[in-house]
Amino acid sequence: MQRSNTYILVFTAIMTVIIGGILSFTSQVLGPAQKKSIELDTKTQILSAVMDLGKKDDVLGIYNKSIQSMVVDIDGNEVEKDKKGNPIVAEEVNIVKNYKMKPGKREYPVYEYKDPSDTSKVAAYIFPVYGAGLWNAIYGYVALESDLNTIKGVSFGHVQETPGLGARIASKEIQDRFKGKTIFDDQGNFVSVAMLKGEKKNPSLFGPHEVDGMSGATLTGRGLNAMLKNYLGDYEAFIKKNQQHQ
Amino acid sequence: MSTETLEQPVVKKQAEPLFSKRRKRFVMDPLDDDNPVTIQVLGICSALAVTVKMEPTLIMSVAVVFVIVFSNLITSLVRNLVPGRVRIIVQLGIIATLVTVVSEILKAYNYEMYKVLGAFVGLIITNCIVMGRLEAFAMGNKPWDSVLDGFGSGFGYAWVILTVAFFRELLGSGTVFDYPILEKIGLVNIQNNGLMVDSIGAFMVLGLIIWVQRTRNGYVEH
Repeated sequence: MQRSNTYILVFTAIMTVIIGGILSFTSQVLGPAQKKSIELDTKTQILSAVMDLGKKDDVLGIYNKSIQSMVVDIDGNEVEKDKKGNPIVAEEVNIVKNYKMKPGKREYPVYEYKDPSDTSKVAAYIFPVYGAGLWNAIYGYVALESDLNTIKGVSFGHVQETPGLGARIASKEIQDRFKGKTIFDDQGNFVSVAMLKGEKKNPSLFGPHEVDGMSGATLTGRGLNAMLKNYLGDYEAFIKKNQQHQ
Repeated sequence: MSTETLEQPVVKKQAEPLFSKRRKRFVMDPLDDDNPVTIQVLGICSALAVTVKMEPTLIMSVAVVFVIVFSNLITSLVRNLVPGRVRIIVQLGIIATLVTVVSEILKAYNYEMYKVLGAFVGLIITNCIVMGRLEAFAMGNKPWDSVLDGFGSGFGYAWVILTVAFFRELLGSGTVFDYPILEKIGLVNIQNNGLMVDSIGAFMVLGLIIWVQRTRNGYVEH
């Protein structure tokens, strides 16, 4: 159907306004629910570094009871306000944005997991990690025991590693391999933990700073190693400080 | 010749039943003989990408059926107002709006699936099935017919990707809807097939479905 240019212009203008209206309305209405589900997702990831969560667990309840969060800088000092003077909430620190800044300028969240039997004690420290896998970003949380050396547990996620190969970092099988490994050597130097090339499936073959690799996913493994080394290294000052306290 | 001489006595046409034979074909044809995935070979990319597990596939199917039905309906309602020269843009606008709404709802109420499906919900916009139905059908047919046509094509897409997902999850992960069905019926030693988890597995299952279907229907490539 041939129409005049004016008709077309008016038609498209009206259509744009209607569509714009619908979209902004949807975004306004769903905004709070989205914020809630993102919060739930973050807290689930943090908690799953120290415990196995079932689908029906009250994540927010457990989180509020057992996690105390704070933000530190690269020197291990607690930061309470951001550059504009607003209070910082650790859960809302955007790891991706921080990753793009120089390490000295980043905000580093720390989550202290309280001992369920004695809440005055810290049972584990949970640190966020972020880095590059083979195809895209990988991220996660690493929980250290109260000695700030032994890994209590990890939870990793990825954006688009290869299914069945690199994507296995998100599986429990791989994550359990990190449990009990240490990130400092006997002299107290930071060495991180590294996943090796190849897959032997025999835990006794590996040293305290080594983890069995993933067959066919060496590059994802390297990304994982770099991520752990960078991030745990950035927390070194904080870790050293708190080790001395004990 | 004046128009008056041509005027015929007005015959009151009987209203067509809601599910007449003609209309039933709108729904039934795309399920088999004119299936958008296996016969027209449209929407393949998403059929490969989201079919590793049943659950995301189901959500994707529901999303596509929703988008296809409503965009068909809306397009059909405004079909006589849409200027021909910008009709594709109008169709895109309608589809994109619906898809964004679906994606926002997922983000709010099923964040887990939102993360799994990621970009693929947004990519429903470029799913050729949806746009194809708007251009080929809804632009020239009445609203109710278009809704039926939308259901037909939507379900035609849904059953195929659900079948693909069923085999991929069963053989690739040994589960169905994350329920370890192989283990429960006593087959403990079945090795998971890594190929099925990869997109290659989807190609193979899809190819087999097309083979079986074409053999059964006696389809010949022209």
